[in-house]
Amino acid sequence: MIKVENAFFTYPSGVKALEGLNLEIQDGEFIGIMGENGAGKTTLVKHFNGLLKPTNGSIYINGKNTRETTVAELSKNVGLVFQNPDHQLFCETVEEEVTFGLKNFGFAEEKIVERTDWVLNFLELERYRKSSPFILSGGERKRVALAAVLAWDPNILVLDEPTIGQDYLQKERLRQYIEQLNGQGRTVIIVTHDIEFIAECKPRIIVLSKGKIINYATAKEALTNSENLSKASIFPPQIAQLFTQIADLGLPKDVIDVYEAKVLIENLLKGGKRNEGV
Amino acid sequence: MSPAIEVRNLFYSYPGAEKHTLENINLVIERGDFVVLTGPSGCGKTTLCRCLNGLIPHFYGGKFNGTVIVDGLSVKDHPISALAQHVGFVFQNPENQLFALSVEKDIAFGLENLALPRAEIIKRVKWAMKITGVTELRENAPHELSGGQQQRVAIASVLAMNPHVMVLDEPTSFLDPMSSKQLFEVIQTLNKETRLTIILVEHRLDLLSPYAKRIIVMDEGKIIADGSPRSILSSKKVFSLGVGIPKVTRLYQLLLENGVSLDSPPISVKELERELRRRII
Repeated sequence: MIKVENAFFTYPSGVKALEGLNLEIQDGEFIGIMGENGAGKTTLVKHFNGLLKPTNGSIYINGKNTRETTVAELSKNVGLVFQNPDHQLFCETVEEEVTFGLKNFGFAEEKIVERTDWVLNFLELERYRKSSPFILSGGERKRVALAAVLAWDPNILVLDEPTIGQDYLQKERLRQYIEQLNGQGRTVIIVTHDIEFIAECKPRIIVLSKGKIINYATAKEALTNSENLSKASIFPPQIAQLFTQIADLGLPKDVIDVYEAKVLIENLLKGGKRNEGV
Repeated sequence: MSPAIEVRNLFYSYPGAEKHTLENINLVIERGDFVVLTGPSGCGKTTLCRCLNGLIPHFYGGKFNGTVIVDGLSVKDHPISALAQHVGFVFQNPENQLFALSVEKDIAFGLENLALPRAEIIKRVKWAMKITGVTELRENAPHELSGGQQQRVAIASVLAMNPHVMVLDEPTSFLDPMSSKQLFEVIQTLNKETRLTIILVEHRLDLLSPYAKRIIVMDEGKIIADGSPRSILSSKKVFSLGVGIPKVTRLYQLLLENGVSLDSPPISVKELERELRRRII
């Protein structure tokens, strides 16, 4: 469990990034963090594995205060995958990249082989096992960065902007990976600007703006609240925009899913359900 | 006047690679066009862009066959530095492009390197700051700006070189939706007011589609579709490739599969709303 208690963070330059955050994320939750550039999203998640410590207030991971725990110890539980894979990758081959963390955490040789095989297979990277990460495309490198973290099986996984540079099919696969990992009981937290991706994943959403939490709600509630989103420089997803515009036709306003939208519009056009009301 | 870009029978492979990254590309882009280049990861879009400013073949090497003419210059026969005054490049992450202590100095840097007269430098920097909306930030340090502001400064510094063609490689990746929209609006203004030819690489077409005049789709090193945003986005072939089409266009396709046919494929929320109202009344 992650518990944030009245957390403030000010960078040495004087920039105030977090201004009094209170938050609880239970084990096994799936969370999306959104907010404008500079809202404090990355700053917040860097607190989860102790890379940053709050200037004031406290962060507890599974009951342990991050101020009294090392980054190495926290990282066993909290795997953070950075925005830019090039900040994370440095080994000569994909395989070494994946085994690096496992070796550092002192896993037994057998376990290392097992976890490496599993993660390369799971993320469809087996064929690149002996390749240098640097000859891979940006999208593939992002998958290697994820593999390197997933290998030691942290029970809280934090992905910072995982969809950058990914095409639609890759995003679909990423969504499936996330659903599987979350379905197996891991806590998954994604930080993203990709509103359409979030609308498909439907996590519980934290909207951050200027260092404060301005909404914490289900995907449906958060993504159809255009007034709240606009404070964080975000537009609702296209389907939500459409249903807000055509609410006078007797359709529900809170629709974010394209398949749900299809059924509603089909009924509207075919059956003239228009005046039935609800 | 020659077209902005002319590519003929272009084949390219990176050093040591067995496969062609680009395979028989033929392409003409007229001056003043606003072209979006898209396609699945690894399809060759970034490689094609590198051929437009001479990074390929001059920097990357490899096997380059065919002709690429940008703003009347054959890329093969001109150094990168000469091409830089004709074709400007804006990258995904503005942090990789900005380095000076103030916005103004960053924008002036390229011009100072060209040893232009002081008055000319001042004139161009002022103009570039004005059109990208960063004038009031001129004394700020670029690293203190928001991502959206940084990307507008990056565009201004490229713009000051007075290129006829601007290539932008996923310029909104790191930007929030509002800043992305503002950036596309700045690019559209440039395109309309200065007839600057725009080539923009992008995966996320929902925000961008209303601005583009033409979309080119690549797959496995080849151009596989080329046309108006409406025709490209409504194509089933393009969707199955993994191109992220706007959700309203996807909704149109799903309805069509179920026998509900709307007049023409929408590419914006407004268009779909209008069509639905027309059908109901």
